[in-house]
Amino acid sequence: MKLWIRRNLFRTWWDGVLTVVFGALAAWVIWSLAEFVFVTGRWSIIEVNLKLLLVGQFPEESLWLIDGSVIAIAFWLAAALGGKPQAAEDRQSWGARLGDTLQRFGLLVALGVLLIVLAGTEASLGIAAGLVGAIVVGRAVNAARNRWAPIQRIPAIIWHLALLIAPVALISLTLMQSDVQLWGGFLINFYIAIISIVLCFPLGVLLALGRKSTLPIVRLISTTYIELIRGAPLFVLLLLAGVALEFFIPSEVAPGSVFRAVTVFTLFTAAYLAEIVRGGLQSIPKGQIEAGKALGLSTVKITFLITLPQALRNVIPAQIGQFISLFKDTTLAGAALSIVEVLKVSEAITKQDDFLGQGYIYEALAFVSLLFWVGSYVMSRESQRLEKRLGVGQR
Amino acid sequence: MSPLVRVPAKTPLWRDVRVLKWVFQLAVLGLFLGIIAWLYNNYQVNIAKSKIPTGLEFLDNPASFTMPGNDFNQSSPVWSAFVQGFYNTLRISIVGTILAISLGTLVGMARLSKNFLVRMVAGAYVEVIRNLPLLVLLTFMNLAVVLQTFPRIEDAWKPLDLFVVSNRGIAIPWFEGSGTILLSVLAGALLLAVVIAWIRGKYSDRTGKPARGLLYGAVAFIVVTLGAWLTLGYQWTLPFVEDRGTLGGLRLDPSFFALLVTLVIYTSSHIAEIVRGSILAVPKGQGEAADALALSGPKKMRLVILPQAFRIALPAIGNQSLNLLKNSSLGAAISYFELTQIAQITVGNGSPAVPAFTLTLLVYLSISLATSIVINVFNRRLALVER
Repeated sequence: MKLWIRRNLFRTWWDGVLTVVFGALAAWVIWSLAEFVFVTGRWSIIEVNLKLLLVGQFPEESLWLIDGSVIAIAFWLAAALGGKPQAAEDRQSWGARLGDTLQRFGLLVALGVLLIVLAGTEASLGIAAGLVGAIVVGRAVNAARNRWAPIQRIPAIIWHLALLIAPVALISLTLMQSDVQLWGGFLINFYIAIISIVLCFPLGVLLALGRKSTLPIVRLISTTYIELIRGAPLFVLLLLAGVALEFFIPSEVAPGSVFRAVTVFTLFTAAYLAEIVRGGLQSIPKGQIEAGKALGLSTVKITFLITLPQALRNVIPAQIGQFISLFKDTTLAGAALSIVEVLKVSEAITKQDDFLGQGYIYEALAFVSLLFWVGSYVMSRESQRLEKRLGVGQR
Repeated sequence: MSPLVRVPAKTPLWRDVRVLKWVFQLAVLGLFLGIIAWLYNNYQVNIAKSKIPTGLEFLDNPASFTMPGNDFNQSSPVWSAFVQGFYNTLRISIVGTILAISLGTLVGMARLSKNFLVRMVAGAYVEVIRNLPLLVLLTFMNLAVVLQTFPRIEDAWKPLDLFVVSNRGIAIPWFEGSGTILLSVLAGALLLAVVIAWIRGKYSDRTGKPARGLLYGAVAFIVVTLGAWLTLGYQWTLPFVEDRGTLGGLRLDPSFFALLVTLVIYTSSHIAEIVRGSILAVPKGQGEAADALALSGPKKMRLVILPQAFRIALPAIGNQSLNLLKNSSLGAAISYFELTQIAQITVGNGSPAVPAFTLTLLVYLSISLATSIVINVFNRRLALVER
C-alpha cells in the first residue's frame, strides 16, 4: 500500500504537486456534486414533471401501452441476445456472473430505482416487477433455446421472428392508439433514434457498397452523396427540413415535425454509416473474395454471403458509436423543429408558475444529462465488450 | 474427337457481364435522375403555387434586424449579414479549434499519466463529456452558467481586476485600437521564429551540433515583439464597469463565450481519446529506445513520442476540427450570430428558405473542403512512406 502510494502518487516532487492539485480538484468536484444531489438540489420539479419529461403529452389512459412495450422490449433483448453455450472451462460461478451483470447493467438498474423513487407510485413498482419478470423469463427462454434439443431445431429466422411478435405488436398498437405528434419527452428522442437507425441501416450499407463498387456511375453517385452530407451541419439540415421539406414532396402529404426529423436523421446518419461500413469492407482480406470466386459464386453472392457479413462484424463498435451520437443528436430536433423532446421539456418546466425564476434549470438539466449519460455510457461499454467477444482484430 | 461441352459461339447479351454492368449502371442512373427530377418537379409545382422566388435576389433586400457589437443595421443588405455571420463562424471555429486541440492533447496525455489521480480525473472528464449531448452541454453553459450563475453587471466578478465577468459577457484585457497591428506583429514574429528554428535545424543536420531551435526561435520572437512594442508603442486597456456595461478591453458576448467554452470542452474530450490512442499506437520500441538513450521523461515525450503520435493523430484531429466547425451551427440555438443563425433570421424575415439555406450549406461545404484539402496536404507530407 505504501509502495503503491509512492509509485502512483509521489514519484517525484512534481508528481506530488500534481497529486495535491488534482486531488483538491477531484475532492471539490465530488463534494459539490454530492452537496447538489443530496442537500441543495430541489428535486420536486422533477417529481412533479416526471411524466412530462419521460413521455410528454402522451394520453394518460394509453400509458399502459408504453409500459407494456418497454417490458416486451426488455423480454426480447433478454431472450434474443447473447447466451452462447459456453465451454465448460470458462463457465463462471453464479456469484461471478451476478457481479459481472451488475457491473454491466448496474447503472441502468440504479437509474430505474431512481425513477421509481421519483415517481413514488405503486404503478411504477408494478412496471419494475414486470421488467424483472420479463428479463427472468427472457433469460429462461434463451437458456432453453441453448440447451433443449426440440427448441434448438427451430430455424433461427422463425425463432427470432417469434420473439419479435410481442414487442412489435405492442409498439404498433401504441402507434395506432395515439398520434406521434402528441408524443414528447424522452419517449420521442428514443422513438426518433430507433426509427432512424432501422431506416438508415440499409441505405448506409447500399451507399458503402456503391462507393466500393467497380461501376463508375454508381461509385460517383454514392461518393457525391456521402461527401455532400458529411460536409453539412446536421443542425442546418434540420432547420432546412423544418421550413422546406414540404416543397420537395407532393403537396397532398402534410409532413409532421417528427416525420421531418426522422427523414433528416436517416439521410444524415446513412452517409456516416456508409463510411464506417466502407472501412469494414476495406478490412476484408482479398483472399476472401478470391475464395468466393474460386467457388464460382456470383458477385452478388460474394458480397452478401462473404464480404458484407464480415465487414459489418468488424465495425460493430464504430456503428454503435454512430448510433450513440444519433441518440444524443435527437436533442437537436427540439431546437430546430420545435419537437417537445426531453431537453425542450426540461427548459419548459422551469418556466411553470411554481418554478419560474428560481433557478431550477440546474435540476432540470441534471436529470436530462443523467438520462443521456447512462444510456450512452452503457451502450458504449456494451459495444466494447461485444468487440472483445467477437475477437475483432484478433482473428 | 468431339468437345465435351458445346460452347456457344457468342455469349448471349443477357449473360454478358460487360453488358449487364452497363445495364445495371444505367438503371441506377435512371433511378437517381428520376428521384432528382421528381423532387425538382415537386419543388417547381409547390413554388409556383405559393409564388416564392427561387433566385438569390433576396440577398440585396434590407436585412431588417440588428446585431449587437458592430455597425450592421436594419437597412444593411442581407448579403452583408451573411458575410458577418461567416466571419463569426470562422472566428469561433478557429479560436475553438486551437483551444480544443491544446486542451485535448493535455487531457489525452494526462489519461496516460503514471500518476493515479491525474489519470482518473482525466478519464472521468472524457467519459462524462463524451457521453452527453452537445446541445445539453450548450444549454447548461448558456442558461445555467452564463445567464444564471454569472452575476449581474452591478456586482460583476473582477478576478485580479484584469477581467470583468458578468451575465452581460466576459471582458478581458485587450490591445484596444491596435489589434490589427498587434496581430500582424505577432504573426511576423512567429514566422521569423519558425524560419530561424528551421535554419538552426538545417545547421544542426550539417554540423551535428545541437539545434536548440526552440530556444533561438523563442528569443527571436521575444526580441521582435518587444522591439515592436518599444517602437510602435501600442497600448492595451483593462476593462472596467461603466454605466451597466463595460468599457475598455475586449468584450466577449455571453453567447460567444458559452458556445466557445462548450465547443472546446466537447471537442477536447474527443481529441483526448484520439491523442491517447495515437500515443499508444507509437511502437513500444520507440519509447524503449528513448529510455536506452537516457532521455528524461519530458524529453522522451517531446522529442520521440509526441511527434510520431501527432503524425498518426493528424487525420482524426482534422476531422474533429471539421466537426467543431459544423457544431458551431448550434450557435443558432443560443442566438450567437453565426452563419446558421443569420440564415434562420433572414428566412424568418421573409427570405426564401431553400436558396438561403442552400447558400448556407454551400458555405459550410466549401470551408470543410478547403480545410480537408489543407489537412490532406499536411498528412501526405507527414505520413510514413513505407515500401
